[in-house]
Amino acid sequence: MHTAFSSIVDALPERKSPLMERFASLLEVKSPSQLEAMAQESRLVTRRNFGRTMRLFAPLYLSNECVNNCSYCGFSRDNPILRVTLSVEDVIKEARHLASMGFRNVLLVAGEHPRFVSEGYLEECIRALREWVPTIGIEVGPMEAPEYERMVQAGCEGLVVYQETYDRTVYEKMHTAGPKKDFDWRLACPERGYAGGFRRIGVGALFGLSDWRLEALRLAAHVEHLYKQCWKATFTVAFPRLRPAAGDFKPLTDFPDWALVQTVCAFRLTFPEIGIVMSTREPAPLRDALAPLGVTVMSAGSHTEPGGYTGAGNNDLHLTIKGRRVEQQTTCEDRAEGQFGIADERSPAEVAAMLKKQGLDPVWKDWDPSILQPALGAFAQS
Amino acid sequence: MNNQPLKIAGREFRSRLMLGTGKFPSGESMRAAIEASETEIVTVALRRADLSGVGDPYANILDFVPKNVLLLPNTSGAMNAEEAVRLARLAVAAGLPNWVKLEIHPDPRFLLPDPVETLKAAEVLVKEGFKVLPYINADPVLARRLQDVGTVTVMPLGSPIGSHQGITTRRQIEIIITQATVPVVVDAGIGAPSHAAEALEMGADAVLVNTAVAIASDPVRMAKAFKAAVEAGRAAREVGLGTVLDEASASSPLTGFLYR
Repeated sequence: MHTAFSSIVDALPERKSPLMERFASLLEVKSPSQLEAMAQESRLVTRRNFGRTMRLFAPLYLSNECVNNCSYCGFSRDNPILRVTLSVEDVIKEARHLASMGFRNVLLVAGEHPRFVSEGYLEECIRALREWVPTIGIEVGPMEAPEYERMVQAGCEGLVVYQETYDRTVYEKMHTAGPKKDFDWRLACPERGYAGGFRRIGVGALFGLSDWRLEALRLAAHVEHLYKQCWKATFTVAFPRLRPAAGDFKPLTDFPDWALVQTVCAFRLTFPEIGIVMSTREPAPLRDALAPLGVTVMSAGSHTEPGGYTGAGNNDLHLTIKGRRVEQQTTCEDRAEGQFGIADERSPAEVAAMLKKQGLDPVWKDWDPSILQPALGAFAQS
Repeated sequence: MNNQPLKIAGREFRSRLMLGTGKFPSGESMRAAIEASETEIVTVALRRADLSGVGDPYANILDFVPKNVLLLPNTSGAMNAEEAVRLARLAVAAGLPNWVKLEIHPDPRFLLPDPVETLKAAEVLVKEGFKVLPYINADPVLARRLQDVGTVTVMPLGSPIGSHQGITTRRQIEIIITQATVPVVVDAGIGAPSHAAEALEMGADAVLVNTAVAIASDPVRMAKAFKAAVEAGRAAREVGLGTVLDEASASSPLTGFLYR
């Protein structure tokens, strides 16, 4: 599937829609008092649209196998790391642990590897959890629309796919091997997901690869495009910053705290209804400060390695060299490699307590899977 | 003299203020606001509630709704008639009342209701015995179609949900009120007690308020403010408001002496 957004993104920043003109002006250099005014307004708009609430979710890493080489990612195929793909039983074990912590919204994450992380495997994982995990999302290798439809039918409601960088030149340099090299294939992913029936779609860029203002502008233009093309979908957006990971990649550009704050506010003021996600890759004090002023979805107590919550799958750790599994002597202390380091290590209960202290209600359940259950023929009484 | 009671589907309510339960900073503050408002009808989004019957402590919003109010499950989250019907049936199966606030807004950006799907779902639910309170755009023809189908109210929006814009659809709502054979509840967009009073003065039978109370720095006081405004608006409507004139009208007539 081709997306008409390709030509829009390539024409930026020269050619901007009226909305993007306004967005760009919000990203211009601001004095501290101007930034404060933006933050105050952003907080008001967030409260009006989302109330005094914060949705909570947890990532559940299924596999760190990957066929891609992405310079910044710990899972890159050439990194000699301990790898594993959790069995469905292991996934259930991890999910049960998350549910006992309160999570009713789980994001299944995996590297891109068709052999280890097949569509059939993902479907099986989703079906195994859907009876007791109300909200299931996936962040996995891009698929075609019919495959996405299979995920939705299995009980998956959310799709997360970050473009990483909207700068074509940098994208090419960062993605040196694997199907992820194709910029446009990835760019059309949200639209394919929508065609497959996803109703909650998360987009984002990895900040630290390209100039942050341009990155934010292109991401915002993508959101503007998607709102028109996919009118029944709820969108979330995220601005993850590069974190230390295997491979020791260093950020190419700066994205300081004040720029992150300005970006959050600019998105909130431009798209009052968009969900803004903040993960545990950011440190606790910054997350606490951002909680009231635009963020609406947070993860808590996260692990970015498969089996990270319970140690599930640790008996199957191995290396993967040139696509082949290579056995490795491991000890009981060995763990699969994480995608990146976590900065906020507080437990879910501690994060929930922080939110309450700030007058925000932690919302664990905000979706009921029965909405999607197919009836026996339209309107049939089951 | 007290205001006349509100009658919906043969049931009487003293309060003409309905409250939504989203967006509150905690279950406790929601309960306190409901109590302070003296509302008798509150809506709850089914997607936030525990429908499994296991008493999920992480989805316990219903535990904070006082037992003496009518719980009005809403179908928010449904994108079409089929999903809304399914949710309503599930609510009954989970022990909730068969009253349902029918809410189908497929566009999550502006949350505007889908008229086609709403009518379809209303037809099915009314036939199944549900008391249906449909959330609609301020469309007088749709309101008539729904009351013909047998819904127990119509709930036109004043302006988009959470927008606090007040009653920007005033002219359309006036037509709906003129035509109505069922109570008209102005829902959404009511950001200030004065908006609520305005709706009641116009002749709306009730209002539904959520965001303005939930996100107030003091939800309890704001709930009381809305209660007072709704009562004032209704009293003024029952007494009858004067006609708006372009020029001054003297309180002491100038020609009164002719008839002494």
